[in-house]
Amino acid sequence: MTDQATEEKQLARAWARPKGLASFSDVNNSVIGVWYITAAFVFMIFGGVLALIMRTQLAVPDNNLISAETYNQMFTLHGTVMMFLFAVPIFEAVAILILPAMLGARDLPFPRLSAFGFWCFAIGGVFVCGSIFFNAAPDAGWFMYPPLSTEQSGIGADVWLLGLSFIEVASIAAAVELIVGVLKCRAPGMHINLTPAYGWYVLVVGAMILFAFPPLIAGDFLFEMERAFNWPFFDVTRGGDPLLWQHLFWIFGHPEVYIIFLPSIALLAMIIPTFSQRPIAGYSWIVLSAIGTGFLSFGLWVHHMFTTGLPSISLGFFSAASEAVAIPTGIQLFVFIATVMLGNVVRTVPMLYCLGALATFIVGGLTGVMLAIAPFDFQAHDTYFVVAHLHYTLIGGMLFPVLAGIQYYYPFATGKVLSRAYGIWSFWLTFIGFNVTFLPMHLTGLLGMPRRVFTYGAERGWDLLNLVSTVGAFIFAAGFLLFVWDCVRPKGKQPNVKRNVWNAGTLEWAGRVPADDWGLRSIPLINSRYPLWDDPKLLRTIDSGKGLLADAKEGRRETLVTSVLDAEPVQVLRVGTPTWLPMLAAIGLGGTFIFPVWKLWWPTLGSGLFFLGVVLYWLWTGTAEIPEKQTKDVGNGRRVPLYVAGPRSTGWWAMFITMTGDLTAFLAVLFGYFFFWTVHPAFPPRGIEGPGWQWPLVAGGFIILTWGATLGARLANAAGRVALARGLLAAGLLGAVLSGLALMAGPWTTGLDPTEHSYPAIVWGLVVWIVLHLAAGMVMQAYALARSIFGKLTPRHDADLWNVTLYWHFTGFCALLTALVIGGFPLLQ
Amino acid sequence: MGRTSDIAKRGMYAASLLFALGLLAACSPQQSALHPAGEAAEELANLFWFMTAGGAIIWCLLMGAAIYAVVGKKRPRSERFADRFVFFGGVVFPTVGLAILLVFGLALLPNWREGDAADLQVHVVAEQFWWRLGYETDDGAIVAAANEVHLPVGATVEFALDTTDVIHSFWIPSLGGKMDAIPGRTNRLRLTPTKAGVYRGVCAEFCGPSHALMAFPVVVHEQAEFDAWFEVQQKPAIAANAEAFVSAGCGACHVVRGISEAGSVGPDLTHFASRRTIGAGTLELTQANLEVWLIAPSHIKPGVRMPSFATIEEAERDAIVAFLMELK
Repeated sequence: MTDQATEEKQLARAWARPKGLASFSDVNNSVIGVWYITAAFVFMIFGGVLALIMRTQLAVPDNNLISAETYNQMFTLHGTVMMFLFAVPIFEAVAILILPAMLGARDLPFPRLSAFGFWCFAIGGVFVCGSIFFNAAPDAGWFMYPPLSTEQSGIGADVWLLGLSFIEVASIAAAVELIVGVLKCRAPGMHINLTPAYGWYVLVVGAMILFAFPPLIAGDFLFEMERAFNWPFFDVTRGGDPLLWQHLFWIFGHPEVYIIFLPSIALLAMIIPTFSQRPIAGYSWIVLSAIGTGFLSFGLWVHHMFTTGLPSISLGFFSAASEAVAIPTGIQLFVFIATVMLGNVVRTVPMLYCLGALATFIVGGLTGVMLAIAPFDFQAHDTYFVVAHLHYTLIGGMLFPVLAGIQYYYPFATGKVLSRAYGIWSFWLTFIGFNVTFLPMHLTGLLGMPRRVFTYGAERGWDLLNLVSTVGAFIFAAGFLLFVWDCVRPKGKQPNVKRNVWNAGTLEWAGRVPADDWGLRSIPLINSRYPLWDDPKLLRTIDSGKGLLADAKEGRRETLVTSVLDAEPVQVLRVGTPTWLPMLAAIGLGGTFIFPVWKLWWPTLGSGLFFLGVVLYWLWTGTAEIPEKQTKDVGNGRRVPLYVAGPRSTGWWAMFITMTGDLTAFLAVLFGYFFFWTVHPAFPPRGIEGPGWQWPLVAGGFIILTWGATLGARLANAAGRVALARGLLAAGLLGAVLSGLALMAGPWTTGLDPTEHSYPAIVWGLVVWIVLHLAAGMVMQAYALARSIFGKLTPRHDADLWNVTLYWHFTGFCALLTALVIGGFPLLQ
Repeated sequence: MGRTSDIAKRGMYAASLLFALGLLAACSPQQSALHPAGEAAEELANLFWFMTAGGAIIWCLLMGAAIYAVVGKKRPRSERFADRFVFFGGVVFPTVGLAILLVFGLALLPNWREGDAADLQVHVVAEQFWWRLGYETDDGAIVAAANEVHLPVGATVEFALDTTDVIHSFWIPSLGGKMDAIPGRTNRLRLTPTKAGVYRGVCAEFCGPSHALMAFPVVVHEQAEFDAWFEVQQKPAIAANAEAFVSAGCGACHVVRGISEAGSVGPDLTHFASRRTIGAGTLELTQANLEVWLIAPSHIKPGVRMPSFATIEEAERDAIVAFLMELK
């Protein structure tokens, strides 16, 4: 018994939350998750207020409550905020909160990275939202089509481009974190095929973020180069093309819809089995259709561009692809209905929201099927019909499921339940208010009302429909406020709920109430999808410390890392403790993105260096630490290593995943090169000389040298030849410098002027992209070298070197490809 | 929570009520895809009603199943049932249904080819926030006009769409679908009006501050009436008293053929008074509105390039108005 008490005390000490002002330095997922959700809802309410003002403006014809200028800023911000500051972040926020508990982990693998993501999100969000109070908000629509947005004076477009690129960093950081979490931090025995459906969805959506956000970041990069330095990527008078942006935007924008939708469906996949008191009917169906939906969602983007004058063959293809995605989406809904049918339904408020979500989403899905027929889209595109459609999908497919999820997980996070009466009232108010607002819009649109109009004439006959929509919007808002009030009202006298209040089957409900920050008392062995239902002794095993990792003898925060498929323990990972570093890094990166809005280059550089300094200090002191012993006894006679490197470690996976996203962004820029090739009769255009093949060849040679030297350094180091490894690292560093210089020398010596035409602009764009990556690689080489010299990187403890090598696999490939394309492609013409 | 069972009923009730209300409200069908007056619009309106009916049935079936799953007394208990339910409901039915819909829906894609002759060729240049028009005569000459489209009933008209600034979209809901005007390329849209009457077109792609005020009347004539209109449009202006117009500098931006041919920034005004609106569908063309327009154009239409003529003498302004109102 005393052993038990000591162990618990150790856990409590290791996982103690910082107090007072220092509590803002917290990094634990249960804290960050709550902050993240709160911040996302604050932004959501801001976006909602904008919507109410717009609805008031449109309540009557010829209204002049707000000016066209203000209206245009408002609809731009409304879309931007709801998409980038609510819909995507709420997924990450909820996942950060519940995922570790669901997988039986004590925390996510990189708690400080979660905190960093949160601070980027908060700072970027306040910056973007705040712009409207200075009349400086973007006003070209959330899709930012050039040339309207490129030629716009003022800083609005820069606020959008830079602010959102910054927030996308946060999104990608969270995606990396969550993917590694699902792959590597499952409880022992939780084979990939026993992972809760939610985990699968997180995996699919995380992967989608990695492939969908980078094209937008690449687009932002090109766009900001045009705005800041006059590089004509989208300017037709100098060989640019505005449609390039539309492609890049919608290659991001359409998967994004599913990035928003799938995690919310994932919540339903947890709630519905619980309240049906049975396992989900068709686990394989739902996992496969989640993957299928994610996959197909990348092939639909052109349905946002049906009216841009594409040939009929493309229209037909993308119509068919857009219809096809309805099939895996539908399967998921059928699985839910089947689960409820076979189960013993418990009628609760979350289930009411689930039904509301279903009723709403099906309407959105059906109008989506209609819009996917290209000829019908010719009529409905850019009208209120589409406004109705997208709100039915987003509110039915995202908001109602998230509200259901909050109702469901509220006791998990707080130990209290929400009021049933308030819940039912807020449901009916939001559900009725929503339908009164948006159902008439289908008709308003087909009666000819375009989107994004700040007013309309009385003689159009749209006044009654618009008035009804406005009234509905306020009912909707009232219901939502009631929901928020229910969440935030003091519940001091309400006793804590009993453990596993809903009698759920999954691991996140195994914790005590109130929840412990370290999660479970000890980590049990899992052998079913619903361990709480299937293993009656589970809670006793956990509580008696008979599971794994029951103590924190060394006073460190530890979680188990397991293998990707079979969830065999491979490492005891010591995760980050509270620190201000993530916040400081976010401030530094924020400055790097925000100062360029005003073209303040010195503060930009200063912020960038500050960011770099903080990150290096963070890595130096907090990662790949050499432990005091090789292995740790995690209980049940198992000894698990404290240090692993390469593919078994979380860091290597994080690097791999990040670089996959980075590669996607690079390919999107490269897509720009070939896109211009297809729109120009001669490419390079007549009268403009390419960068020649000689310098790119030299650059390619040095890149191979760097790549090989770094790989050689890892092998030499592992073989104990430390001096050789250091020499190779230094050689690699030199090679990176030289290849960067050689790469720039090509277009420089042939006098390519990036402001003259899209061809030199895209060549320079590729070169700049690679040179920035080479610069980051040089920092990494120097870092690894320093780690080796200071004894933090040894032949046995070489995680840093594995990760740097992995970085060069990607960057070397991209740099070689760039040299080949800019140097070699003109030779083929 | 016995109320749950009411969701479907209430939803359907609300839906049908709102729909009826909406149709009543639609007393002005000049700009409505559901009151077609062109070939494409007719087909698409039919397609819409067909898909809506199908969608409503599917919605009721699915929600019926969901509500039955929650409240139903006799429930299936076998996993095999679940599998079949998901397979037939989620895979077979949508695959077949969507395939049929695609076949019928995609049949409505435009099937003409580049080079197929149209009965009338109209060049449209969309600019912030108005429409520059050019009608091709039989001998290939271009007759300039602006902000009001006239078409002969029954003729297939090809619009060649360009823009000089940002992306716009040309949309006459009563006649058919829309098409974007994108810098650097010329998009083509074909429409065939089937009923004479006055309709209205708009810009459908957000294009800046006055996107909401970028519209145009569309007048579909019987052929003879159209020919008469077209003949008038080909003639130069016949109006006296152009002095005020010229001295105020209006000619720097506007062409009035036969009087002032230099300006090209703003709309051609040769037959201005024959049009129905001012400011691209923004105000009805009346003498009073024209005065207001000259005094404060950017108040009426934010972001418009037309400068204010508030500072010139009232008499001079009256003379300009009088001159313009004569340009039939």
